[in-house]
Amino acid sequence: MYGRRIFLEFVLLIFLPLVFAILIPFAYKYVKGIHTGWFVLLVPLLLFGYYLSFIPLTMDGGHAISEIKWIPSLGITFTSYIDGLSLLFTLLITGIGSLVVLYSIFYMDKHKEDLGSFYVYLLLFMTAMLGVVQSDNTMTLYLFWELTSISSFLLIGYWYTRDRSRFGALKSMMITVFGGLMMLGGFILLSMMGDSFSIRELIAQAPELVNQPYFTLALVLILLGAFTKSAQFPFYIWLPDAMEAPTPVSAYLHSATMVKAGIYLVARFTPIFGTSSTWIWLVTGIGLLTLFWGSFFAVKQTDLKAILAFSTVSQLGLIMSLLGAGAISYHTTDAMFAFATYAAIFHLINHATFKGGLFMIAGIIDHETGTRDIRKLGGLMSLMPLSFTVALIGSLSMAGLPPFNGFLSKEMFLDSMVALQHFELFQFDTWGILFPIIAWIASVFTFTYSLYFVLKTFLGKGKVDLLPKRPHEAPIGMLLSPLVLASLVLVIFFIPNLVGKWIIKPAVMAVQPTLYASPSDIKIHVSAWHGFDSVALWLTVAIVITGTLLYLTIPKWQPLYRLQPAKLSLNEAYDALMRLGEKGMNRLSRVYMTGRLRTYLLYMFAFLSVTVIAVLFMKDAFMIDMNSFAAISLYGVLNAVILLLSVGFVVFSRSRLAAIIALGGVGYSVALFFVIFKAPDLALTQLVIETVSVALFLLAFKHLPALNTHGETTKNKVVNLIISLSVGVMVTLVALSSHSQKLIPSISQYYKDTVATEAGGGNIVNVILVDYRGFDTLFEIAVLAIAGIAVLGMIRLRVSSRKETTDENK
Amino acid sequence: MNIFYSVCLVLVILSMLGLLYRVWKGPSIPDRLIALDAIGVMLISAIALLSILFDTPFFIDVILLIAIMSFIGTVSFSKFIERGEIIERGSDR
Repeated sequence: MYGRRIFLEFVLLIFLPLVFAILIPFAYKYVKGIHTGWFVLLVPLLLFGYYLSFIPLTMDGGHAISEIKWIPSLGITFTSYIDGLSLLFTLLITGIGSLVVLYSIFYMDKHKEDLGSFYVYLLLFMTAMLGVVQSDNTMTLYLFWELTSISSFLLIGYWYTRDRSRFGALKSMMITVFGGLMMLGGFILLSMMGDSFSIRELIAQAPELVNQPYFTLALVLILLGAFTKSAQFPFYIWLPDAMEAPTPVSAYLHSATMVKAGIYLVARFTPIFGTSSTWIWLVTGIGLLTLFWGSFFAVKQTDLKAILAFSTVSQLGLIMSLLGAGAISYHTTDAMFAFATYAAIFHLINHATFKGGLFMIAGIIDHETGTRDIRKLGGLMSLMPLSFTVALIGSLSMAGLPPFNGFLSKEMFLDSMVALQHFELFQFDTWGILFPIIAWIASVFTFTYSLYFVLKTFLGKGKVDLLPKRPHEAPIGMLLSPLVLASLVLVIFFIPNLVGKWIIKPAVMAVQPTLYASPSDIKIHVSAWHGFDSVALWLTVAIVITGTLLYLTIPKWQPLYRLQPAKLSLNEAYDALMRLGEKGMNRLSRVYMTGRLRTYLLYMFAFLSVTVIAVLFMKDAFMIDMNSFAAISLYGVLNAVILLLSVGFVVFSRSRLAAIIALGGVGYSVALFFVIFKAPDLALTQLVIETVSVALFLLAFKHLPALNTHGETTKNKVVNLIISLSVGVMVTLVALSSHSQKLIPSISQYYKDTVATEAGGGNIVNVILVDYRGFDTLFEIAVLAIAGIAVLGMIRLRVSSRKETTDENK
Repeated sequence: MNIFYSVCLVLVILSMLGLLYRVWKGPSIPDRLIALDAIGVMLISAIALLSILFDTPFFIDVILLIAIMSFIGTVSFSKFIERGEIIERGSDR
C-alpha cells in the first residue's frame, strides 16, 4: 500500500459543493436568464472528472489519504481516505449527481420553483455524502452522516406547503436520526475499545476488539445506524413516504446514494465485525427479510414511485444479505463467499444505474401525463417510445434478465445464497436451506413487480383521453440522463470484467483487506454463461416462468393484500408510537405537573427528607456524642417551652391575625435565645426584623387569603403531617450528628486573637461582617437593594399592566 | 445574690407564660394585644436580669430597642384594629 503525492489537499474537495452552495442564491437571484442548475452542474462534473483520476491508483490496491486537523486535541480530523470502496461510492455520488442535476434542469420549472433552495440543499447533500464515504474518522463520519439526514429532510419537505411532504420529511428525519444517534453510540464504544477514532487503525486492531466486552453492543448499535439509513426491515417505512420529494431527489437520494450510506457503513465495518456470528446472522437475515418484504409489497402499490420505493427497499436488502454472506469468508476458504462480497458491490453499481433511470422515467411520466397512478396509466408505448425503451431496459435489469447487468448480479446472488446452506458454522447447516428459498421467492416477486411496473404503464389499451395532460414524448434534455443510465446498464452487461477490474475488485479488497494482498488474488471472472449445469441459471428460468404466471394472474391474487389489516402494518405502529410519545407523555406529565404549589412542595420535601435520612443511615453517619453537649440552663428550657407553645399556636390557630401575633411571639423568643446564648448583635437585629415583618404581615393582611382550616381533607392533613414530621426528623438528625462529629477545629480562635491587633476593633461580630468577610455583607446589601427595587416595581408596574390588559380586552 | 436574680428570672418567664395563655385564649383581639405588650415589658425585664447574671453591659441596647419596638408594635396594631390599615393613603389619592 502506498500513498500518492497530489498537488492539492483533496480533502478540501469534499467541501467544494458546500462552498458552491453559498454562491448559488446569488446566481439564482442575479442571473435570471439561465436555469440555476447549469451552474450547479459544474460541481459534480468537475468532481467526477477529478475522482476518475484515482482509478489507476486504487486499481493496484493503493489508497490515498489527505487530512486537515479539526480538533487535534481530541483526535478529530477531516480525513479523506480513498480506497476502492470510497472511490466507488464517490464516483456513484458525483456521476449520478451530474446526471440528476442535468435531469433536474429540465424537470424543475425555472419560474414556478424556488430553485435557489433546491440546489443549495442538493449541494449540501453532496458534500455530506462525499464526507460520509471518504471519512476515515468516525466522528466526522457521523457529522456528515447527520448532514445527509438533515439535507434529505430539507429535500423531502421541499414542497413544504403540502401536508404529505412535511409528514414524509419528519418521518424520515425521526427514523434516520434515531439510527444516527445509535451509530454515534457504537462509534464511541468502538473508540473506547480501540482508543482511536480512525477506522483504519480500528481495522488494524480488529482481532483484539473481538474479545472486548462492548464489542457486540457496538456492533448492534452501528448496525442500527446502517439499517435505518438503508431502509432495512423494520425501518424501511420512511422510504415510501420520502417519495413526496421532487423526483430528481428520489432518484438521487432515495435510490442511488443516501440509502446506500448504510450499505457503505456495513461494508466499511465488515473487517472489524465480520468475524462475529452475530454480524453475519443479522446482516444476512435482516437483508433477506427486507428483500422478501419489499418485493412482496411492491406489487401492492399503485403509485409508480411507491413501487420503485419498495423495490429499492428490497434491492437494498439483497445487497445487505450479500454483504453478510461475504463476511463468512473470514471463516472458510470457500471462494463462494468472497464471491458474495463481489456480487454485493456489483449489484450496488447495477442498482444505482437501473433504479436511477427508472425513477427519472417515473418523473417523466408524471411530468408528461400529470399522474403517477398506475391504474390510470397505460398504452403509453407508442406515445413515449424513448421513455418506454429506458423503462424496459431498467425493469428487465431489475428483474434479472439478460442482456442487462441485473442478470449478472442476480445470478451471483442466487449462487451465493445456494452456497450458504453448505456453510457449517453458526448453525447455518440447519437453517441455511431457508436462505436460497426466501431469496428465490423474493426474486419471483421482483420479476413480477418489474413487469407490473413497465407493462401496466406502457402497454394495454390505455385511457389516454382520461389523463390530466395530453401525453407526449419528453424533451430530449430530460431524457438524456435516463438514456445515459440505460446505456450503462447494457454496457456493464457486456464488459463486466472491465468494471470488475477497475472498480469492484479494489472495493472488495477494502471490504476484506486481510484476505487479499493484491486485486489479482480475487479470482473472479464474471461471465453471462455458466453452462447448463449452473444452479443459478435454472433458478432464473424458474423465476421467469413463475414470475410471468404471477404477473398474468395479478387481478386474481392481488386482493390477498387486503387480508392484512391496516392496523397491523408497520406504518400504523410508527404512527401509534408517535401518538404515544405525544399523548402519553402529555398524560404522564399532567399526572405529576398539577400546577399546584402544594404538590410540588410535597415532592421536594418528601424527596429531600427520604434521601437525606436514607443516606444518613446507609452510610452509618448518624451518631450522637453526648460529651460534646453543653450544660442546659433553666432559662433555656423555659424559653424553649415558650417557643414551642408559640409555634404550636401558629400551626393550630384558627384566625390569621392570631397566627401573625403568635409568629411575632416565635420571633421574640428566638431573640431571647440570642440573648441567652450571648449574641447581642443578633438579638438586636432579630427584634427589629421581627417587628418589621409582623408589621408587613399586617400591611398585607387585607390581601392575604382567609385561613382555611376546614377546607383541607383528612387525607391531605395526614400527608402533611407525615411530610412535616419527616422533614423535622431529618433536620434534627442532621444537626445532632453533625454537631457530634467535628472533623476539624473551628477557626474562631484566630478571630479572637486578631480582632484588636489586626482589625482594630472590639466587636468581633461587626469586624467579621465588614472586615474579615466584607464581601458577604456587600452582596447582602445588594440583595436588600434588589428586594426594595422589586417591591417598588411590583407595586408600580401592577397598575400599568392592568391598564394594558384592559386595553387588550377591548 | 445570683440565686435571687435567677428566681426573679424564672418568675418573669412564668408570668410570660401566663401572658401567653391570655394571647392564646383571647377572647378579643385587644386582649391579646395588651398581653403581647406586657410580654414585651417582661422581655425587657428578663433581658435586664440576664445581663446582670451574665455580668455584661452589652444587652442594654437590646432593652432600649425592645421598648421602642414594643411601643411601635402596639401602636401599629391598635391602629390596624381601629382603621383596618396601618399606613393610610395620602388624601390626594
